[in-house]
Amino acid sequence: MRRLVSDTLIIAERNLVRLPRSPDLLLAFTVQPIMFLLLFRYVFGGAIDTGGIPYVEFLVPGIVVQNIAFGGFVTALGLNEDVHKGLIDRFRSLPMARPAVLGGRTLADVATNVLSMTVLIVTGLLIGFSFHASVLDIVGGILLLLLFGYAFSWVFALVGLLVSSPESANSAGFIAIFPLTFISSAFVPVSSMPPVLQAFAKVNPFTIVVDAMRALWIGTPAGNYVWEAVLWSLVILAVFAPLAVARYRRTASR
Amino acid sequence: MPSAPETPGFSTSPSTSTSTSTTHTAERLDTELAIVVRGLVKSYGSVRALAGVDLDVARGTVVGLLGPNGAGKTTVVRVLATLLMPDAGTATVAGLDVVRDAAQLRQQIGLAGQYAAVDENLTGLENLTMVGRLYGARRSVAKRRGQELLERFDLVEAATRPTKNYSGGMRRRLDLAAALVAKPPVLFLDEPTTGLDPRSRLSLWETIEGLVAEGTTVLLTTQYLDEADRLADSITVIDHGLVIAQGTSDELKDRVGGERLEIRLDDPADAEAAVRALAPMADDAPKAQGEIVAFGVRTRSGVIVEAVRRLSGERVGVDDITVRRPTLDDVFLALTGHAAQEPDEQDEEAAA
Repeated sequence: MRRLVSDTLIIAERNLVRLPRSPDLLLAFTVQPIMFLLLFRYVFGGAIDTGGIPYVEFLVPGIVVQNIAFGGFVTALGLNEDVHKGLIDRFRSLPMARPAVLGGRTLADVATNVLSMTVLIVTGLLIGFSFHASVLDIVGGILLLLLFGYAFSWVFALVGLLVSSPESANSAGFIAIFPLTFISSAFVPVSSMPPVLQAFAKVNPFTIVVDAMRALWIGTPAGNYVWEAVLWSLVILAVFAPLAVARYRRTASR
Repeated sequence: MPSAPETPGFSTSPSTSTSTSTTHTAERLDTELAIVVRGLVKSYGSVRALAGVDLDVARGTVVGLLGPNGAGKTTVVRVLATLLMPDAGTATVAGLDVVRDAAQLRQQIGLAGQYAAVDENLTGLENLTMVGRLYGARRSVAKRRGQELLERFDLVEAATRPTKNYSGGMRRRLDLAAALVAKPPVLFLDEPTTGLDPRSRLSLWETIEGLVAEGTTVLLTTQYLDEADRLADSITVIDHGLVIAQGTSDELKDRVGGERLEIRLDDPADAEAAVRALAPMADDAPKAQGEIVAFGVRTRSGVIVEAVRRLSGERVGVDDITVRRPTLDDVFLALTGHAAQEPDEQDEEAAA
């Protein structure tokens, strides 16, 4: 157990040390969320009726969820690269804890998620977003986001180990995440969608997490969203973490 | 240094029911052999990569595993390095079973692969320090060991540069250094010099020779016959997942026997005619590769004159003609029926 913790930290450190050295990656974490936020706020925002809530208030809790789900992308790309470059072979031949390579990766994602979430919240505040919540709720929202993002990192870990190249990791990720985030309450009210999409959007975990974030940050009715969102995150984690670790054990470098 | 197996004879438990002399042999295996492989089988789907490989490697020696693409060389290394579970058969390394004692065994081995498996975004020192810590060393200890290795591998100046800026040779050296971080008694080198320029190859060879002089046991896979000739104390040739020959380089060359006559034709189109004309004087069937026709002869005397006479009788022009001792290439050709692969084709195996 002690080895698991220390090996995980060593791998997390490895993945964070490289960050400042890859400017393109850093841009993805900072500029991309700002761009999305501004595009939605100023291009679509005027045309979307959110029933009395200013669009920027509606948008920020939604876009942070989309952004955090994409945070794990680095894990998919990075793991796939490790497989191809033979680093996974090296790690698997070392006397290190088996889940540490994935654990360290996903842990490093938490750090990068904190970075891009901060960028997004600050930008949001600058363009008119404001919290209508207690400090406790704000912090609770941040923790929920990080948990949800962490769970999704494990989904991406599995994707990164399964697909044959970084390019296909990229497209597999986009194909999975885009419909999930767009057919949800993240950018528009679900009631404005056609019935079929509404049915999907209502059970979509993204809707539940976004609604939980709105309840925590801008004081919309909370219902059971927060607990359901926590539960969803834990279920995703409980399913995908063991799958990814099992896959890792059998992975051979190509 | 290699630690004695925790349960002596553990790896040879099947021998308990056999005679004492077998048991005696088994004990000897444990103490003198670093690697013992028996009846190793591994299939990928319907493809049989290993069809029952046996292999012994004595402590402190270099065994070269030689074979064409897809022969199973890399699969053997993967099984021995605990990366792959065999379907059948047993293998022990440093007295530890590759399946049951895998966790312990990983403390005893170093692996340098076909790719230079280093993190491109980390510096040379960061890479080695990370590997050292993953072996369980403290950061300061791992860092000191890393610096030691960088010095030894002539990488000190590049120590603080990210490895993506390294040359191919530098990366291979760093990869080898990473395999040596824990001073493992057994080292697996899977095509260590593939794709390197001649100067880098030579310097890597010298490094490997230095390691062996210190008592490290090395299992080396290669398609370069000169590499096996130079580095390996003993050579195992595998093809289609089976060992087809074992011995020292000289022993294998003696198996081909006699002298080799090699003729370079003026025109490769004449190769077929040349093979026909030369067959009566050849010890084995002459083989043509492009404009080169080669075959074995029993004695040196008179063979050049006879070959030229036969060829000019068929109006085949000769550019050059030589008699020489067989090389490992000839051994390979004689044993497998095909030549050792061209280096270019190795990428295909890597991609497969």
